[in-house]
Amino acid sequence: MFDKILIANRGEIACRVIKTARRMGIATVAVYSDADADALHVEMADEAVHIGPPAAAESYLVIDKIIAACKQTGAQAVHPGYGFLSERAEFAEALAANGIVFIGPNTRAIQAMGDKIESKKFANAANVSTVPGYLGVIETPDEAVKIAREIGFPVMIKASAGGGGKGMRIAWSEKETHEGFERARSEAASSFGDDRVFIEKFIENPRHIEIQVIGDKHGNAVYLGERECSIQRRNQKVIEEAPSPLLDEETRRKMGEQAVALAKAVDYDSAGTVEFVAGQDKSFFFLEMNTRLQVEHPVTELVTGIDLVEQMIRVAAGEKLAITQADVKLDGWAIESRIYAEDPYRNFLPSIGRLVRYRPPEEEKHAGITVRNDTGVVEGAEISMFYDPMVAKLITHAPDRATAIKAMGLALDQFVIDGIGHNIPFLSSLMKHPRWQSGELSTSFIADEYPEGFQPTSPTHEEMVVLAAVALSMEVVRKDRLDRLTGRLRPHSGKLHRDWVVKLDKEYLEIELAEGYPDLPVEIDVTIEGQTFPVTSDWLPGDLLWCGRVGHEVVAVQVRAIENGWRLDWQGCSVDSRVMLPRTAELDRLMPEKVPADTSKMLLCPMPGLVISIHVEEGEKVSAGQRLAIVEAMKMENVLVAEREGTVSAIKAAPGESLAVDAVIMEFE
Amino acid sequence: MKEILAELERRRDVARLGGGERRIEAQHKRGKLTARERIDILLDAGSFEEYDMFKQHRCTDFGMDESHIPGDGVVTGWGTINGRTVYVFSKDFTVFGGSLSETHAQKIIKIQDMALRNRAPIVGLFDAGGARIQEGVAALGGYGEVFQRNVTSSGVIPQISVIMGPCAGGDVYSPAMTDFIFMVRDTSYMFVTGPDVVKTVTNETVTAEQLGGASIHTTKSSIADGAYDNDVEALQQMRRLIDFLPMNNLADGPEISVVDDPTRFDKSLDTLVPGNPNKPYDMKELIRKVLDEGDFFELQAKFAANIVTGFGRIEGRTVGIVANQPMVLAGVLDSDASRKAARFVRFCDCFNIPILTFVDVPGFLPGTAQEYGGLIKHGAKLLFAYAEATVPKVTVITRKAYGGAYDVMSSKHIRGDINYAWPTAEIAVMGAKGAVEILYRSELADKEKIARRTRDYEDRFANPFVAAERGYIDEVIMPHSTRRRVSRALAMLRNKKDELPWKKHDNIPL
Repeated sequence: MFDKILIANRGEIACRVIKTARRMGIATVAVYSDADADALHVEMADEAVHIGPPAAAESYLVIDKIIAACKQTGAQAVHPGYGFLSERAEFAEALAANGIVFIGPNTRAIQAMGDKIESKKFANAANVSTVPGYLGVIETPDEAVKIAREIGFPVMIKASAGGGGKGMRIAWSEKETHEGFERARSEAASSFGDDRVFIEKFIENPRHIEIQVIGDKHGNAVYLGERECSIQRRNQKVIEEAPSPLLDEETRRKMGEQAVALAKAVDYDSAGTVEFVAGQDKSFFFLEMNTRLQVEHPVTELVTGIDLVEQMIRVAAGEKLAITQADVKLDGWAIESRIYAEDPYRNFLPSIGRLVRYRPPEEEKHAGITVRNDTGVVEGAEISMFYDPMVAKLITHAPDRATAIKAMGLALDQFVIDGIGHNIPFLSSLMKHPRWQSGELSTSFIADEYPEGFQPTSPTHEEMVVLAAVALSMEVVRKDRLDRLTGRLRPHSGKLHRDWVVKLDKEYLEIELAEGYPDLPVEIDVTIEGQTFPVTSDWLPGDLLWCGRVGHEVVAVQVRAIENGWRLDWQGCSVDSRVMLPRTAELDRLMPEKVPADTSKMLLCPMPGLVISIHVEEGEKVSAGQRLAIVEAMKMENVLVAEREGTVSAIKAAPGESLAVDAVIMEFE
Repeated sequence: MKEILAELERRRDVARLGGGERRIEAQHKRGKLTARERIDILLDAGSFEEYDMFKQHRCTDFGMDESHIPGDGVVTGWGTINGRTVYVFSKDFTVFGGSLSETHAQKIIKIQDMALRNRAPIVGLFDAGGARIQEGVAALGGYGEVFQRNVTSSGVIPQISVIMGPCAGGDVYSPAMTDFIFMVRDTSYMFVTGPDVVKTVTNETVTAEQLGGASIHTTKSSIADGAYDNDVEALQQMRRLIDFLPMNNLADGPEISVVDDPTRFDKSLDTLVPGNPNKPYDMKELIRKVLDEGDFFELQAKFAANIVTGFGRIEGRTVGIVANQPMVLAGVLDSDASRKAARFVRFCDCFNIPILTFVDVPGFLPGTAQEYGGLIKHGAKLLFAYAEATVPKVTVITRKAYGGAYDVMSSKHIRGDINYAWPTAEIAVMGAKGAVEILYRSELADKEKIARRTRDYEDRFANPFVAAERGYIDEVIMPHSTRRRVSRALAMLRNKKDELPWKKHDNIPL
């Protein structure tokens, strides 16, 4: 076994690999760019080597620098993580040339599987199911119909030279094939000047299902079940799970055996993933093989109990696989949510900046439920523009899918992030989605269910009742403390008002406290709309998280102080709450609704200075707080942000320009 | 007997209706509450004790003898906010437009006298048309008496004004002499002369909002310390403010039980100051992470945002925060920032509120606009205010403390009690680049030489240790331990006694 390995990566995966290596008693070396000098993986590793400027092309992707770092530290092997150099055959070769072990598959396997056409050839040769089709030139409509009949409907007729949907037809019958062939051909001719078309099986509502395999240098290979990754946004995976709600034992075994066959065909000797596209009818067809550790590997680890990184290190060191196919047992259900620094309300634009608050839920194993958070950041870290916007992977494992989903919902509710935009509200909303819960997935799930993008969701009435109860419990704690302020005319009366009104956004809910003084931090009985239930929590003023029970439900609500109240974030909803006495509420109802006043339609330069950069374009919609421009004055950069929502109508200044105070930088509609 | 008692109730009902249902409705339509409704929100439920409910004016001119409404346009009395005494007067716009008559003034004066004598804060809620013209000079006399009491009480009891409707002419000067002015957005305005007079005299066409709305007074004029969306929000925030303030200049400040561990470490502060010295960061993050529960009552947030002022608590006790804000104008001191912070420091000193100062200041803002605007005297106000303050003063330098601005920002030399610096602090006469350009003017052509000189200067001076060697810094501290350090310093300083020589009063450069 190795004494010391280097991790040629950053972020959560570097931290993930370090954890296993440390457990195995292997020393670790981190590498880092200028942007990562204070990063968590650097802190976690036993040693760290600086490898250059922030841009990956000048640091994490430079093979020579990685090799130099190995030599400098005496690392005997390199784990590449995913991305960066993980699937570069020349990296593996260069390591080998320098006597350093690559913790990954052999070069030939990387090359074979890295090439789309070659990998299909290998797959065909290994009897792996590929998408049925006819790649030759089809001359007549009748010939097309004949081929279609052989493949089975529906089929897709595609221009050989095509792309972007042009010259593409989907046919469900012989008649449609006949017509579609003619049309596709003429369209192909007019669009691409090439009328050749081909036919392949069209997979309706496809699902993305992949098989995890692991092989050793002794010709052994096993499959570790599947993962379903159908929840994708623009080809970016968002949620993954293991097992797949689609598969049965039989299909799983077939897919697994094919995946192993393919792995063996290329003498695969590490962890790898064989990706399939699957039909709702459980038909499946080979897509490609990824010759690295996948981002979503933790779901497999949790259902198999196998540490994939450990296995990779062991086989790389030449050990025989200790597990046989018979040893692989799938236990329970695991779900992974990818937490991205992307603003779901602004069309998932990447959001960079400082993690002012970063409090992930506690990792724990309790009552059959596991919560795991693979992360590479800590509170106070900077999310930079240089790398992938993934902040963390939150994984839950439970005996069954419904419980795992519920645990994920709760864990997401507990995940506190401030300072950057993130997709947790979107993930929370997904967890509540009935179609997701039913397991009827396809790769177009997000496009189907969120055609207009993700909009802030309002709580249902039942959810409002829960939030009102939570808000009142906090008010009771707050009030009790204020009633003990020093300097009072009389000591605390030991009494509380019983009638309250909780205002949630614009709605008022009447709520009654049970008689008697409550136990604190807080145990109250409340009555809302005739329903009485207990509310308990150990929340104290200043806590960002209210954890407790409302009725019998375990609830975690995020709490942020606002003027005269709290903003509550729960299950993807964000609500402003204000707790009032009935008299205050009565008067509050008289207050006019405020339409944000449009006092200014211009961004003015606040001081004489130099425009460093403009961050928006004409016609762009901006939201309050969005960065608009940077102006340098006194040798300092000043970030100018939007005061409210609006659309940029004109930009009046350019980077490099010197502006006087109150010069117009941009105008809004 | 029953009837006699009932007569009291009847009279009270009439008085409570003020200008009558129709005017109350009109008031509501304008998005405003009535004088008594406002008191209901401001004070603890059922705690208000009203005085002079039946007081009426004595004017007989211009047909005023025909028109009498009990209370005469202002509701006065006292009550409690979270159990602590507060005196209140609340102008009633439904009664003669809230205008000030001789008797109306007498009601306010009575409450002012009580507040001063009994040493408790006074809150004025303004929503009025100015002097009652029918009364002429009697109304002016009334104003004068109110003004005198504002001044006499200044520095003895906290005085707070909330502008919740029109406030013009003579009415503006009473709020102007109180400690804080807050406004309600869109429904309040405040000016000496209104748009009509402005038009006549200067031919400027201007709306009341443009002339004296909350949007003007919180950003341009700095008359107002804050603004809120409506009456309810404003009054609830006044309750919050009162919870921070002592009853008077000799009383202990209010204490609240501590739930936030005063020794809590915050590792994220270690990365607050960016590696690049030209990159800004948000000083308010530090403020929130140091204060109890992140609870910060900011004052003048939208005016001179290059300096941050406001109240918070540490270990359950009120502190005043003054902090340079690198996010705005690099945290530079200019005339506005100096005036804003100076007034705040003086308030804290009046009422024995310890001052916690966070420093990241590149200096005073250069330029003709500043110099012509009197930067020297405005800057001197802040220096003066800090130097005369005898309350506990704890200072933390996070990054830059350059030049004269270093001295100003509660330095050891002007009786800072405990002065900490983070390892990222740079305490120097100026930044490296500027210094080298002066010291090595003859070498400026040689870029390499200058770069080396700059590095040398940085190595020697861009740190807290030169100052620490001289004792100008008591201790260089880890950023993550700031809360623990500051709370221990404040605890240690609780019984601080420091006095200035007897004087009638000082002569701050106004």
